[in-house]
Amino acid sequence: MASAQSGTLYRGREGMWSWVAHRISGMLIFLFLLVHVLDTALVRVSPEAYNEVIGHYKTIVFGLGEIGLVGAVLFHALNGLRLILVDFWSKGTQHQRGMFWGVVIVWVVLMAGFLPRHLIHMFGA
Amino acid sequence: MSTPITSIPDPSTRYRRTGLRGPNMEMLSWMFMRASGLLLVILIFGHLFVNLWLGEGVKGIDFGFVAGKWANPFWQVWDLLMLWLGLIHGGNGVRTIINDYARSNRLRLVLKGLLYFAVVVTIVLGTLVIFTFDPCPVGADPSLLPSLCEG
Repeated sequence: MASAQSGTLYRGREGMWSWVAHRISGMLIFLFLLVHVLDTALVRVSPEAYNEVIGHYKTIVFGLGEIGLVGAVLFHALNGLRLILVDFWSKGTQHQRGMFWGVVIVWVVLMAGFLPRHLIHMFGA
Repeated sequence: MSTPITSIPDPSTRYRRTGLRGPNMEMLSWMFMRASGLLLVILIFGHLFVNLWLGEGVKGIDFGFVAGKWANPFWQVWDLLMLWLGLIHGGNGVRTIINDYARSNRLRLVLKGLLYFAVVVTIVLGTLVIFTFDPCPVGADPSLLPSLCEG
């Protein structure tokens, strides 16, 4: 935690919350990545072992978890691109707030595309 | 009476947060996060598109699906890059988080030790799996294998 006794210059609003969301989404993705490499490694054990474990990904609970995971990945990716622009584009810092809302809009559009398709895959319409 | 000598830096002098100058590990790590991040956006969007969007999505993933992909060197290289870049990028991110929040030296050391162990083991395991994978294991149930194993 920041230990500043007084306020800090950058506290609050889109700049701080995008940073917080970037950390949390990154941490979640990293933990999933460790598990995901382990479950994929089961292809070296046997087709049955892999199919058994990967079958869990097709259940409702995991299916909903995948929506959260894809949401976290998309946010982290889009906000990461914003971060690169903030760092390397000469006008980046001036437009960081606008770019944050751009990230939110693109995220909503991509999720609106993914969500129905994933639900159809899961529940087989 | 002598005039006191005061030294005021030139206003155009850039201030330095640290004494570090030129390329150093923290700067390389900062650069790596941006470069690998850009590549990972492409790699992971492609991965999600092929595995979760095309065909039957998550319902279509089984041994045959993975074996069909890894029979192609293109997807082997794709997944290998994703594995290495993803784990180093993620590991470096978690290293930053540990440095920020773990305040005792010992806790930082323990957490980073566990982190590096997990990253190295996962990278080595994943790399071995990609390179030693056999899409048509001897004695396996033929109905679980990809079509390329027939004949």
